[in-house]
Amino acid sequence: MNRPARKVAVACLVLFAALLVNANWLQVGQAGSLKNQPTNGRQITERLERQRGPVLAGDVEIARSVPSNDQYKFLRQYPAGKLYANISGYYTLFTAAGLERSQDVLLSGDDDRLLASRVTELFTGKERRGGTVVTTIKPAVQQVAAEALGDRKGAVVALDPSTGAVLAMVTSPSYDPTPLASHTEKTATDAYSVLSGDKAQPLLNRATQQTYPPGSTFKLITAAAALAAGRKPDDRIAAPNSLALPQSTARLPNFDNETCGDGETDTLIHALTISCNTAFGQLGIDLGGDALRQQAQAFGFDSTFPGFPLQQARSVFPATLDGAQTAQSAIGQYNVRVTPLQMAAVAAAIANGGTEMKPYLVSELRGPDGKTISRTSPKGLGKPISGDIAGELTTMMESVVTSGTGRKAQIDGVSVAGKTGTAEHGTGEPPHAWFVGFAPSDNPKVAVAVIVEDGGGEVGTGGAIAAPVAKQVMQAALDSP
Amino acid sequence: MTRPPIPLPPLRRPRSADLTATFAGLPLPQGTDLPPYRRRELVLLIFAGIVATSALAALTLADIGQLSFGILTIGLGFFCLWAVAHLAVRRFAPAADPVLLPVVVALNGLGLVMIYRLDLARSEAARQSGAHIPPSAAQVQLVWTLLAVIVFVLVLALVRDHRSLARYAYTAGLVGIVGLLLPIVPGIGTSINGARLWLRVGPFSFQPSEVSKIIILIFFAGYLVNKRDVLSIASRSVLGVKFPRARDLGPVLVAWLASLGILVVQNDLGSSLLFFGMFMVVLYVATERASWIVIGFLLFMIGAVLAYPLFGHVQVRVDGWLHAFDGDNPSSTSYQLVQGLYGFAAGGLTGTGLGQGHPQKVPFANTDFIMASLGEELGLTGVMAILTMYALIVLRGMRAALGAKDAFGKLLATGLSFTLALQVFVQVGGVMRLIPLTGLTLPFVSYGGSSIVANAAIIALLLRVSDGARRAPEPAPDAPLFDPGAVSESPTQVVKTT
Repeated sequence: MNRPARKVAVACLVLFAALLVNANWLQVGQAGSLKNQPTNGRQITERLERQRGPVLAGDVEIARSVPSNDQYKFLRQYPAGKLYANISGYYTLFTAAGLERSQDVLLSGDDDRLLASRVTELFTGKERRGGTVVTTIKPAVQQVAAEALGDRKGAVVALDPSTGAVLAMVTSPSYDPTPLASHTEKTATDAYSVLSGDKAQPLLNRATQQTYPPGSTFKLITAAAALAAGRKPDDRIAAPNSLALPQSTARLPNFDNETCGDGETDTLIHALTISCNTAFGQLGIDLGGDALRQQAQAFGFDSTFPGFPLQQARSVFPATLDGAQTAQSAIGQYNVRVTPLQMAAVAAAIANGGTEMKPYLVSELRGPDGKTISRTSPKGLGKPISGDIAGELTTMMESVVTSGTGRKAQIDGVSVAGKTGTAEHGTGEPPHAWFVGFAPSDNPKVAVAVIVEDGGGEVGTGGAIAAPVAKQVMQAALDSP
Repeated sequence: MTRPPIPLPPLRRPRSADLTATFAGLPLPQGTDLPPYRRRELVLLIFAGIVATSALAALTLADIGQLSFGILTIGLGFFCLWAVAHLAVRRFAPAADPVLLPVVVALNGLGLVMIYRLDLARSEAARQSGAHIPPSAAQVQLVWTLLAVIVFVLVLALVRDHRSLARYAYTAGLVGIVGLLLPIVPGIGTSINGARLWLRVGPFSFQPSEVSKIIILIFFAGYLVNKRDVLSIASRSVLGVKFPRARDLGPVLVAWLASLGILVVQNDLGSSLLFFGMFMVVLYVATERASWIVIGFLLFMIGAVLAYPLFGHVQVRVDGWLHAFDGDNPSSTSYQLVQGLYGFAAGGLTGTGLGQGHPQKVPFANTDFIMASLGEELGLTGVMAILTMYALIVLRGMRAALGAKDAFGKLLATGLSFTLALQVFVQVGGVMRLIPLTGLTLPFVSYGGSSIVANAAIIALLLRVSDGARRAPEPAPDAPLFDPGAVSESPTQVVKTT
């Protein structure tokens, strides 16, 4: 009987060996992925026991942790309320969004780059703290942009064209993240369900997550493609009062049935200045959908900006087009969709002599001791247009502001370049009002994109509604040191 | 009518290389011939007491930030409680294995500290939400531990020779089955968490299947010892595998089907699996026929295929196991399992430290999921140590089986050890998502009275078999009738022979 009993003993050992291997696999091998499961509330609870690092915009704390006297040691606060909510995001008992989510390892103090300070903490007996995230946002510009947009739905993005740094990023409506960070579960979940149920979508960061038809602002890309194909700003192009669309019985009229040039032809520069639809529709047909698509993709369409720390939607240019759709796409209608960040990047690339810089939001990471761990160095993303074409486009955009649709963006003593857009979207709603541009046009310091959804409720053009917002934002950027 | 007690063979002499030699210099009371194994057991027992007391100290330090003499008092009390068991082993099984009891004490100590730790978390949560503070589970468990020690002593004292148990095999079989049936009886049976397994008398609930397990094993071992020759010799060969005759199998199959049937009716998947494995292994060891394993495996497959569509809770368990993280499962069917896994993950290699994690986030943290609680606070290190302790118990039990000089003792010890191993495997494997989750308790560690009492009885029986195994072989029949050594040790027997 001992022979089978020995075999049973071996079988028992195999069972225990299986348990031991499984324990190793579970507690070491799988531990990381289990910790990151969305249903794992343990991680966040654990981290509320330590002081999470602040998020800064300049000297302003847009997110900070303060000691609390309830079941957790620290409470997360957002002192500026809704002004920076789309950037900071929120940090709740259950989940996180925005920079709170993408920069979590540093803010929570788990970043491997904090190893040195963690060793120090081990010996000094101090509790582990999180690192600091410094953003590129300039509080003065952010403030002006939010005030200029007011209660209207929409977004503003301001970039430094020479670096790609985001100077301001405003979305409206916004929300106050502080109630979401409450340690009382009910307060937090109630606040969240109110926000997520709101039809105005305050939790949506319209600057990067929402796509809109670009309208006439897309004519910058059509013009860039035309210049690249050998056209010159002073070349005369066909500009009828109404364009017969190929393979279709429909006709493309001009805005308000205006006349461009002499009613038959117009110069390229003048067509852009007055935003002539028929001229650019015909230009699009002449260039072809593929040329437009290539130019759009060179600016970053059909992809997202790599390494950008907030959620992004992709700007898209339709993959296949017939003649009529090409004409409509050339003036930013049909199925062309852009994010405000993408349009700001287009303006910045033109401003920066044709070199598009990679947009970035985090300028610096600091350890709990205040020492810099890493600093973001500007990186080029590509060169969608040549320096010459950038110069010609700049001239054309200056003309838009000095004598065209964008006159309301003029700033005293500063030359401004820009392009307006009035984007139709469906029926029954006023069009979206757009303005993209940069200033000063001879030495650009700021590039902006402004969209006011549905024109803010009033029927009007981008020049009337969005240009004044862009003007104030550019002015604030030029005034701030 | 009392039968004369079966004479026990004399103790084996200690070997010179024995660890005991190290402690030989310690002054001992004159005139008492201390069995060598018991001194080793005492040293290990002290160590187990230190482990439990340190765990309590670490917990107190994490909870209130300072230590008190009270901890030492509690630790000493805990040690004294189990020292009673040690004294009983000295008295009734002096040659028994010295490792089994201390390992059990260490596991029991860790379990008690963890149950107390979860009490603290519960009362803290109740205090914060303003609810009334729940009764302490640790206190109840301590009472059950006391009861377990009493049962342990009683088993050692009453079962002076395990072979005597074989005489009551059929009685045991009947009692075991009746015990399993008891919870179905209206009035005394109660359902807890969907399984009708408990007897409730006043405030106490008891799970008779834990005890029935041992009693039925006694029947099984006793029956097979009588029939094993028939079972292994008179057989027909089918496809090269030798199968026993149906009439020899009858009682075994009846007992097996009855217990399985009852368990299925009671919705207790874990115990069914445990009984099944126990039957198969004892049958295999008794007959030395691998064909039993083949038959058993086939029966298991048939049972599984039949049970799956018939029992909703089986489907839920399997689905929660296979698709633990899919869809809505993490927040519904596999919620407990997944929370337990998060606990293990939070523990990592070294654990958060006692009192510093959040094991109370896992449902049933002090019963079915106590391994997740230990995994979180003691880490992989603690889990491996605990598993190794169980492996030590099982292997020591198997050693007793190998050394046993009678077939019944071998079967009993093998069955008990294997059942313990299988229970740990099914329990911990379920919590760790190695196999589907079934409701079993972790022996000696989980909160629950019937479990610790039954397992204390198992250890007492293993010690009893081990005691017999470690004695020197009985003198051969042709040995000299007069042995001077035997006379000096047991003078009364010389008188009896007349």
